[in-house]
Amino acid sequence: MKILDRRKMIAVNGALLALLAVSLVACALIGPVAIDLKRALGDFFSPDAEILFRARLPRVLLGAAIGGGMAACGVVLQAMLRNPLACPQMLGVSGGASLGGILGMIFFPNWLLPVAGGFLGEISWVPLAAFLGALLSMALVYRLALFRGRLHPYHLLLTGVIFNSFVAALIMFLNSIVDFYQAQGLLFWLMGNLSTRAYPTVAFIAGYVAAGFLWLWSHGVRLNLITLGEEAALQLGVEVASVERQVFLATSLMIGAMVSVSGMIGFVGLMIPHAMRLLVGSDHRLLLPASFIAGAIFLCWADTLARVLLAPAELPVGIVTAFFGAPFFISLLYREGRKLPV
Amino acid sequence: MSAAIEIENLFFAYGPRRVLEGVSLAIAKGEMVGVLGPNGSGKTTLLKIVSGVLGVRRAVKLDGTPIESCSRRDLSRMVAVVPQESEIHFPFTAAEIVLMARASHHGRLVLEGAGDLEAARRSMAATDTAALADRWLHELSGGEKQRVMIARALAQEAEILLLDEPAAFLDLKHQLGVLDLMRRLNRERGLTIVAALHDLNLAALFFPRLLLLENGKIFRDGVPEEVLTEDTIRRVYGVDVRVERRAPERRPHIFVHR
Repeated sequence: MKILDRRKMIAVNGALLALLAVSLVACALIGPVAIDLKRALGDFFSPDAEILFRARLPRVLLGAAIGGGMAACGVVLQAMLRNPLACPQMLGVSGGASLGGILGMIFFPNWLLPVAGGFLGEISWVPLAAFLGALLSMALVYRLALFRGRLHPYHLLLTGVIFNSFVAALIMFLNSIVDFYQAQGLLFWLMGNLSTRAYPTVAFIAGYVAAGFLWLWSHGVRLNLITLGEEAALQLGVEVASVERQVFLATSLMIGAMVSVSGMIGFVGLMIPHAMRLLVGSDHRLLLPASFIAGAIFLCWADTLARVLLAPAELPVGIVTAFFGAPFFISLLYREGRKLPV
Repeated sequence: MSAAIEIENLFFAYGPRRVLEGVSLAIAKGEMVGVLGPNGSGKTTLLKIVSGVLGVRRAVKLDGTPIESCSRRDLSRMVAVVPQESEIHFPFTAAEIVLMARASHHGRLVLEGAGDLEAARRSMAATDTAALADRWLHELSGGEKQRVMIARALAQEAEILLLDEPAAFLDLKHQLGVLDLMRRLNRERGLTIVAALHDLNLAALFFPRLLLLENGKIFRDGVPEEVLTEDTIRRVYGVDVRVERRAPERRPHIFVHR
């Protein structure tokens, strides 16, 4: 009887963590400008240190946090909604965050909020407006999807998707009434990017993502049961309505925070969960941490490619995630597809 | 000694549609009861209420305890259910599915312990599914899948086992296999078994006590000879049949005219 045991947990997560550590260092060293690690570490005021610590490292860390967060949210949303197409984009909260960010860019484009007197960098108002949009849309979707006193997966799915199309209409409308130069900026933000120089932003996202991940991981066994359907889960001892509520809150807060900072970076949250399910199995006690780490690795590398492929110009990272992720996933599906229940 | 299942004056409706109207019933520990009745007569609903899934919690006592005072976790250790059909959206092996029964026994995040593995092994041995352990559930045949679901229910180690049409979708041999297994579990482990059934002949053959439901009410409750007569079947199912007694136990056997 092959089942999930401690050895497999440690082996899989350990290997992935080691790969993540290597990726973080490698991605921080790779870029359009070559840097000397020895000089960067030896002289804190050298240009090498400036590039490594001020430009690349925060960005690489942000990529890892967001990749992990998106993948973790994808895993639990697919489980809770019992739908293999579920992904972070369809929760409504991403649309709300985008709209908030767009409004922020239109109405106060150049305001910057210095953190610790500017010493720790500056935060634009845009992510704050986006996060406010995320919180408002989360409350609205929650209220609208509440059916007979509980958050029904079916209603949640439809409400989220339809809310997002409504918001998309508003965004396209705003995009068509602003001037050309501004529209270009909005579009770039909407496509998602990870450029940041502010460690407080990275810390904010990493905190949200880590806390949310632990919250979701604590429901690992229950998520397994919930994939068997509501009645089976209830009957096997899961308070389904409570788990659904907690999953919605945790994922909404995580997605809201992530989209506020980086825009909507697609594909990671859809593909990584499926890829990891084929590779490590469907047990969420392992699937969730494994997807979290794999998502972090994947987005690190995708963003590094986005930085260097057309250097000194930058590609939107969403192009890279889909361009390289799709063929990889299709080949995996082709090889391992028989594992899937049809 | 309190009854394993005690239901007093149970009413239930899905919105305006009344499904159960004033059902009262006591099932002693170690009884094996078949629940019969036409489609829509309330069989499945009755089972769902006893397992606490439908949220109606008044009117039902398990082992003398009203189920409203039990948490989901407690309930899942008292009652195990074999559903009529099982949903499967993601790949799980048969062993993983059986081990899910242990969720209410072990902690939140921790892996299954030796006791959990032992319970799973024993129930897979009892249902002849040990050889299927590492196969994907969605690749199993209907009969194999049903036996895995029974193994999962057994691994819950509950005293009460509820089955919704355990023989539906199975061929004759597997129908008999499942019902033989029910009888063995009932006799050897003293499990209280309640099963909703459509096949009247199999019900008469295997179940010492039958409940016949009609429009949400208990129409007859007793031994097969009393419950399955030409008269009751005409009245409840609206079908003319001939009932004969078959040796050796002289259980009623139903023949359909056409």
